[in-house]
Amino acid sequence: MTPAILELQGISRSYATRQGLLGRKLRFRAVDEVSLSLEAGQTLALVGESGSGKSTTGRVALGLEPADHGAVRFRGTDLSQIDTASWRKLRIEMQMIFQDPLSALDRRLTILEQVREPLDIHDIGPAKEREAVASAMLASVGLHASNATKRPGQLSGGQRQRAVLARALVVQPALLVCDEPVSALDVSIQAQVVNLLTDLQASMKLSLLFISHDLKVVRQISQRVAVMYLGRIVEVGDTQAVLSNPAHPYSRALVSAVPVPGRPVGERLILDGEPPNPVARPSGCAFHPRCPFTRPDCRRFTPELTPLGDGRTVACHVVTPGKVRS
Amino acid sequence: MLRYLLIRVLRAFITISLVVTFAFIVLRMSGDPAVSIMGDDASAAAMEAFRREWGLDQSIWMQYFLYIAAICHGDFGQSMRGGGSALELVLSRVPATVMLTLPALLLKVAIGIPAGIYAALHRDRTIDQGVMVAAVAGYTIPSFVLGLVLVQIFAIWVPMLPTGGTGSLPHLILPVVTLGVGGAAILARFVRSAMLEVLGQPYIRTASAKGIPWAVVVRGHALPNAAIPTVTIIGFMVGNLIAGSVVTESVFSWPGVGNLLVVSVAARDLAVVQCILLFVAVTMVLSNLVVDFLYGVLDPRLSSGNSTAGN
Amino acid sequence: MVVCVPIACGGPVRAATSQQTQDAKPPELLTIEDLTVAFDGVQVLRGIDLSLARGEALGIVGESGSGKSVTWLAALGLLPDTARISGRVRLEGKDLLNAPARDLDAIRGGRVAMIFQDPSSALNPVIRIGRQIGEVLARHQGLSGRSIREEVTRLFELVGIPDARRRFDAFPHELSGGQNQRVMIAMALAGKPDVLVADEPTTALDATIQAQILALLASIRRETGMALVLISHDLGLVAESCERIMVMYAGGVVETASAVQIFSRPQHPYTQGLLAALPSLEGPLQRLVPIEGQVPDPAKLPPGCCFAPRCPKRRQVCDSTVPPLVETEAGRQSACVLPASLPIRSKTAGMSA
Repeated sequence: MTPAILELQGISRSYATRQGLLGRKLRFRAVDEVSLSLEAGQTLALVGESGSGKSTTGRVALGLEPADHGAVRFRGTDLSQIDTASWRKLRIEMQMIFQDPLSALDRRLTILEQVREPLDIHDIGPAKEREAVASAMLASVGLHASNATKRPGQLSGGQRQRAVLARALVVQPALLVCDEPVSALDVSIQAQVVNLLTDLQASMKLSLLFISHDLKVVRQISQRVAVMYLGRIVEVGDTQAVLSNPAHPYSRALVSAVPVPGRPVGERLILDGEPPNPVARPSGCAFHPRCPFTRPDCRRFTPELTPLGDGRTVACHVVTPGKVRS
Repeated sequence: MLRYLLIRVLRAFITISLVVTFAFIVLRMSGDPAVSIMGDDASAAAMEAFRREWGLDQSIWMQYFLYIAAICHGDFGQSMRGGGSALELVLSRVPATVMLTLPALLLKVAIGIPAGIYAALHRDRTIDQGVMVAAVAGYTIPSFVLGLVLVQIFAIWVPMLPTGGTGSLPHLILPVVTLGVGGAAILARFVRSAMLEVLGQPYIRTASAKGIPWAVVVRGHALPNAAIPTVTIIGFMVGNLIAGSVVTESVFSWPGVGNLLVVSVAARDLAVVQCILLFVAVTMVLSNLVVDFLYGVLDPRLSSGNSTAGN
Repeated sequence: MVVCVPIACGGPVRAATSQQTQDAKPPELLTIEDLTVAFDGVQVLRGIDLSLARGEALGIVGESGSGKSVTWLAALGLLPDTARISGRVRLEGKDLLNAPARDLDAIRGGRVAMIFQDPSSALNPVIRIGRQIGEVLARHQGLSGRSIREEVTRLFELVGIPDARRRFDAFPHELSGGQNQRVMIAMALAGKPDVLVADEPTTALDATIQAQILALLASIRRETGMALVLISHDLGLVAESCERIMVMYAGGVVETASAVQIFSRPQHPYTQGLLAALPSLEGPLQRLVPIEGQVPDPAKLPPGCCFAPRCPKRRQVCDSTVPPLVETEAGRQSACVLPASLPIRSKTAGMSA
């Protein structure tokens, strides 16, 4: 069995925040005991709303932020144990792209210069060939050669995102973490970039960690999906299974929130209330105040991820009763 | 809110201490008071006696320590030029300065703020460009040049106003105008950009979409938001009430603190100069404190907590 | 474009004006005719025609540069003075574009209300929300003092803001994005408008909150009979909440049809392209078919059809003539020279809600 290319084991990450001007410092867990694994060449999607911790998880997975607890393993190597020189080598293998391509690009440099830069930084290949490599990368993301000498301000949103992608992929990484890469794009351009990612994944044997709030895009691009709520994973499994027949009440609400033309609005599963403040975390299952199926156990015990039999795991007392942890 | 203020007070104290120390050191390194006060041709023995009398023969650290100890007792030293308490001397000059700077401040506010608002409301039109050109002229012209030009025009060519000195209302006009123009110009530019920033915000469009007439939108929705950054600048100007008139007082022979400062620095009258600098630092710092407090009052986002979750 | 009542009612009838008999209240609440908007010589809106009936839910769909928001900002006079606007916008016959400021102020908020994207920045941060709503009540309902407080509490309860009494004195930054959008809706409803224009009201909100807000809008429509104009880039969202949909591209309308028709049988190639590019949550998983190219720069629009450079069905005639928006079937319009088989009627043909 091929080992997972990326493994997160029990990752936790907290932040300190000050409440008000004179308040005390409060810590809250943005990510709470998250364990994930990503197989080589596959796409794992992380979905959730704001406060779910999905972006933080992505950053921790890449080593951009240290985890307070738990381990991150890339190809079996524990990221916290390695020295700076090895880190730099690993950087070539793990890259990230974000939601806003304009702020990810330097406004003053041309596109070709920016795509070439990683090659220079990591000293990849002979120097005189680097420009050709960068140009070839631009072509494979579908950017016409005439764009190479333009600056980011002269390109459209979709073109910029392609440029960012080219820059991330020019070092031939094994893992690409994408944090909402298509959310800011028009629908027609979204489709272009989604197809591009799928094609590049096939041709470069990329593994993708795809962070998004858009379930429709997630369904299109990923094989497995993990649903997060307030820093914890509540359901993980095969994308088609989770999205067509969600088990966890929160997954059900998320899926039901996606508009379906023609369906009367009243048929949705609509949650009460607001996503809670991570500083004031509800006891037991963090979702229980908004859950339509809540039971007394839910307030007292935090549910563990339990296998459901069809390859999925769910953390819910109602779905998998009997497995509790105080 | 309390913690917010306490931190500010602590910082204020540190600032004042730094100013006092800096002034102390620089003054003692820049020249010998004995020479300035007694003249070049005084005998060495006389100068030595002078130094001993004023404690200048001791090490700089000793002098500093004694100075701080004296301040803690309220003793700000004696004026080397005329004897007498430095503090009393400075205090006696303060009313004259305030008589200039306070009306000047009012002038700055009365002209600068409306000009800035008006320019922002008519952006890029002739009136806006006119105001901006006037503003640039206003704060680039050095105050002594402006003062001298005004004197030339209104006191010499058209002898309506006196050239200097104090005594009556007409004496007040030219110096106040000289002082006020620069600040009015700065304020106008600042208020204009604060207003433009606010007018571009989404909530202004919402207010219009609610059917609020434009005048009310400007008055009730835009101005309260533009006031927040404007308050800083005005606070700075208030802080400058004592220190800001040095050049103008010289041009118009106005017997205020600024004039005293110039004379005392030239004569190396250490105690007086230090006393004035301490005054200036305290006024500045106090006005900044008031501004910080006002921020908390004007901007509700500062006083209550935020409850935004991370991602 | 002249708007008429459908033939089934006994023949084309002109939209009634306010001078006609009181019981013949025109079904068209708001009409827009040939609305054009230009900024600095660049045309961003190229002649929009639409009509909104009483109590109708109309969805406006478009991507960036389509002009979907500009249309309504222009109609309500919310564009900066540098905008050059022409055409006709009528609210029950009353001209809005040239109305004096005082009349326009009474209409905004009182008859036509508008809510915007990102509610947290659309509310004034230094004024308490109770007072911000109170302004509308004072101006359009003539309330004052205690009655304002009571009415605001009632509105808060209507839109589902908990702890309504205490929230009167809250500031916008003390509430979440979803709650702020509810405040905006309450503020819009305070004037008891006939039309609510919602410009991307849920785009900045989480999915589950989005569902709440859309359900709220639907229930308010049921209770008050208010018309709703829902502007979004999300075709699915608009189709779920609206009966009729208008698709816009590059400053013009390309298709109008009922929500069901748009999804089952889109006529304009752009709409077809949008649907093919849209990933879905149900149905078979297929490769997305994107629309190649990108939205044209409004300063450099192609001669002829704006969509032609990206259109898979492009023909020579498309590059030379701008296709007019014509009725293709009862209740549907499309701005495309295809399909050639359908009769192309003149602009005086009827159009129903």
